[in-house]
Amino acid sequence: MAEVVLIEDIEASATRLGIDLSSVDLDSIQLPPGEDFGIKSDDDDDLYQEDPLEFEAGFGNIIVVDNLPVVPPEKFEKLEGVIRKIYSQIGTIREGGIWMPVNPETKKTLGYCFIEYNTPQEAELAREKTNGYKLDKSHIFAVNLFDDFEKYMKVPDEWKAAEIKPYTPGENLQQWLTDEKARDQFVIRAGSNTEVFWNDPRQLMPELVHQRQYWTESFVQWSPLGTYLATVHRQGAAVWGGATTFNRLMRFAHPQVRLIDFSPGEKYLVTFSSHEPSNPRDTHRIVINIFDVRTGKLMRDFKGNVDEFATGGSGGVSGISWPVFRWGGGKEDKYFARMGKNVISVYETETFTLIDKKSMKVENVVDFSWSPTDPILALFVPELGGGNQPARVSLVQIPGKEELRQKNLFSVSDCKMYWQNNGEYLAVKVDRYTKTKKSTYTGFELFRIKERDIPIEVLELDNKNDKIVAFAWEPKGHRFAVIHGDGPRPDISFYSMRTTLNTGRVSKLTTLKAKQANALYWSPAGRYIVLAGLKGFNGQLEFYNVDELETMATGEHFMATDIEWDPTGRYVATAVTSVHEMENGFHIWTFSGKLLYRISRDHFYQFVWRPRPPSLLSAEKEEEIAKNLKKYSKKYEAEDQDVSMQLNEQDRRKRKLLQEQWNEWVTKWKQLHEEERQLRIELRDGVVSDEEEEYEAKEVEVEEVLDITEEVVVFDLDQE
Amino acid sequence: MRPILMKGHERPLTFLKYNREGDLLFSCAKDHNPTVWFADNGERLGTYRGHNGAVWCCDVSRDSTRLITGSADQTVKLWNVQTGAQLYSFNFDSPARSVDFSVGDKLVLITTDPFMGLPSTIQVKQIARDPNEQSSESVLTIKGPQGRINRATWGPLNKTIISAGEDAVVRVWDTETGQLLKESDKETGHQKTVTSLSKSADGSHFLTGSLDKSAKLWDARTLTLIKTYVTERPVNACAISPLLDHVVIGGGQEAVHVTTTDRRAGKFEAKFFHKILQEEIGGVKGHFGPINALAFNPDGRSFSSGGEDGYVRLHHFDPDYFNIDPIPVFLARGGTLKNEDFVA
Repeated sequence: MAEVVLIEDIEASATRLGIDLSSVDLDSIQLPPGEDFGIKSDDDDDLYQEDPLEFEAGFGNIIVVDNLPVVPPEKFEKLEGVIRKIYSQIGTIREGGIWMPVNPETKKTLGYCFIEYNTPQEAELAREKTNGYKLDKSHIFAVNLFDDFEKYMKVPDEWKAAEIKPYTPGENLQQWLTDEKARDQFVIRAGSNTEVFWNDPRQLMPELVHQRQYWTESFVQWSPLGTYLATVHRQGAAVWGGATTFNRLMRFAHPQVRLIDFSPGEKYLVTFSSHEPSNPRDTHRIVINIFDVRTGKLMRDFKGNVDEFATGGSGGVSGISWPVFRWGGGKEDKYFARMGKNVISVYETETFTLIDKKSMKVENVVDFSWSPTDPILALFVPELGGGNQPARVSLVQIPGKEELRQKNLFSVSDCKMYWQNNGEYLAVKVDRYTKTKKSTYTGFELFRIKERDIPIEVLELDNKNDKIVAFAWEPKGHRFAVIHGDGPRPDISFYSMRTTLNTGRVSKLTTLKAKQANALYWSPAGRYIVLAGLKGFNGQLEFYNVDELETMATGEHFMATDIEWDPTGRYVATAVTSVHEMENGFHIWTFSGKLLYRISRDHFYQFVWRPRPPSLLSAEKEEEIAKNLKKYSKKYEAEDQDVSMQLNEQDRRKRKLLQEQWNEWVTKWKQLHEEERQLRIELRDGVVSDEEEEYEAKEVEVEEVLDITEEVVVFDLDQE
Repeated sequence: MRPILMKGHERPLTFLKYNREGDLLFSCAKDHNPTVWFADNGERLGTYRGHNGAVWCCDVSRDSTRLITGSADQTVKLWNVQTGAQLYSFNFDSPARSVDFSVGDKLVLITTDPFMGLPSTIQVKQIARDPNEQSSESVLTIKGPQGRINRATWGPLNKTIISAGEDAVVRVWDTETGQLLKESDKETGHQKTVTSLSKSADGSHFLTGSLDKSAKLWDARTLTLIKTYVTERPVNACAISPLLDHVVIGGGQEAVHVTTTDRRAGKFEAKFFHKILQEEIGGVKGHFGPINALAFNPDGRSFSSGGEDGYVRLHHFDPDYFNIDPIPVFLARGGTLKNEDFVA
């Protein structure tokens, strides 16, 4: 608040100066502008603070359009009309906001103009949309923001060699793989904390690696090979990693980023954001950036309306099914693709442009997926023309875009594709209408990708009307599991793509009847599977060995919401995340279903194992190790025993210490209790006993008369 | 261990108390009738009729002749244990939450709830030998702690008063002057409302249970925090075994938050912890609502629990219970003992 000048003070100084205040017309005094004579007016303060005017900082809302036709004055208005027409579609042009300078001598235009929009956003949009706009063959617009001109002006005219910094060796980002005890890491998010732990099954507890409060603003994600941990913030995403502690390796600016996705070889990071439109009638604006993870360089950005990215698929953010860009071609990160209306756009990462400079036209395509290992796309096109044109699934080789295989399917209601993780098999789950079209039944089309001509086999369940609850391929294997059935206790069947008798045909291994399961979790090493009953089944777990076709163990993690195998297939984590209010936390089990330890955490959001890159050993070497497992395991078993001995010893010592401490307390209490004995007796008026045993048990018989009734009993003497 | 189910109350249980000999069990509930039972077979002996509101707490004199009950009807009543006759009624301006006889049974400690703008109080009254000479005068009144005081009890030799309640702080007061002597540390102490407080047999240490999902063991003289027992549920009730180094704590999801029909969801278990090792050694299930009250028989061979479900469950331990060796339990940290382990 401004200093208040009292009227008395003014009068006093007036008399001192010999001025008759009454003769002064105060309104006639004009102060020089900007001068307040040290007296702050509160009115001004209010004005500035309460209503901060929108300042126009710079010229962000002005664009410069270059490469316009040079026209004489008589055509000036026509050109201006054309420009106005083009640019007023994008946003509101300010009154008199188009200025096309004219050469004062020739009276011709100079071939460029300035356009002033209401907002910088509109200007930005106009630049994006019309840069490269072809008015005609010789006039391709070059549009720039006015503010950017300054930047371009500063570019030095002469090229200077970039200063080459001396090489500083980076940290070993793979350090965690060299753990002596061959442990795996995982990250959890609980409350405001994000923590990375070693899973230490020998100690039966996790060991903290790194902990940080407010590490991320929404979620964390490991890169597919485990090198980086990505965090998501309002300003963008960041990746962390390194030898011992997690240092920030790179930042990727992307305001209001919502979703992120790594390419499978973790070379690129795709970030996604959706922005509220300034005009409520408009759709949300989508911005997708693709960064190079190591350099942080923005490789390509895609911007547009929701409609351009929405594929009709459900889920995701505002009608977008994430990831928009699906990566293919194995670990080389060569290609990525997205689906549009009637097109599949496949890009390659060398130039970040479309292959052959155009998208693939596929009428009505609704779903596509990449083979996990090869540059092969699987596409699904539903029925057209009321069944006249059958639905089809086709496999397309990239970059040639040749169709490898196609299968037509009739009366299809829906299709889902499941790739085996080595890209050897593709299962297509097909829901077909029955003849009446009232209900559907399900079958599978199984593609053997690696065999000549890609043979297709049709598989129907024993009971075709069974609903399919879940489907999962054995990683690196040839088997798959299906949960099917309608009742509260569905059946689970295991099939193999090759058996000793029938190498080329799919055959059923077994069916487990009436299981409380609705989700399948194969071990990443295959062979073992967890049959889980989540949600409605309250977290029933069955650990099943598919080689022996036997149940190893059953367990329960009450209310479990998430299950994840560690990347080696040795341990399983089950977690209750904050979708439930209670029980939050996680349990760690062995592959065979033995509960190792439990950790409770309130507000538990995430549990993610740190992935491992694929083994560097050749298949032969792996086989050799498997054969001579005993030789290798001896060493580890000895270690295990040592640790367990050590733990026992530690436990014993700890227990002893606790007991001793407790005894100290008890001794002190006993002593005090004894000292106070006399006082206590006084308080109790001389009743001596402290102890229970000292009281005297007296048996007192109390007779109570409850009721008295008089009855006349007839005594009959005659009967005798 | 087959419990005896005692169905006598129509509303949730609030408090359980054994007399010194351990032959009688007194139960308080939100229905208005404190009840006395045979502690051995669970047979109901009688009720004390006269309260007009939920009964929150009771205490019985050392010689098992007098019972005192505190109720939400803003009275604390003194009863003849044997006849069930009301001897005296102290009237307050707000609900009485806890009552506790002093050593010697000449004084009684009463806490009242904050109500209609009145702050919560801790009051000490004298108990006359002859009920006819009973006066309602308070010898001491302590005001200060914010919020409800859920439990107050006498320290050793009646020299101090220990109180705890909604503000999560455990306090020790001087009985003579009413001055605050000690306060529990905000960092290491409870983080949420303390719901229960239970003394050891000799009064040297006590256990507090809190909604912060833990129970803590304190030295009654110095208010030193000795042990903490962490569980997965808010703790409503706790008790210290007079015989073995065990404590039992009970609670569960608050009744208003119980959404699933599965009673496992609420974890309405009485959990046993090793007092010294702080390790969970087992649990006794059975209630289908949160456990509100727990008490050990003074002989340590049985305990009873009272639930939001309105039942009192009386458990006599199997012989095996007394042979539980904490060492293997402690070693098998992965899996804790379950109810079955208590069954012979």
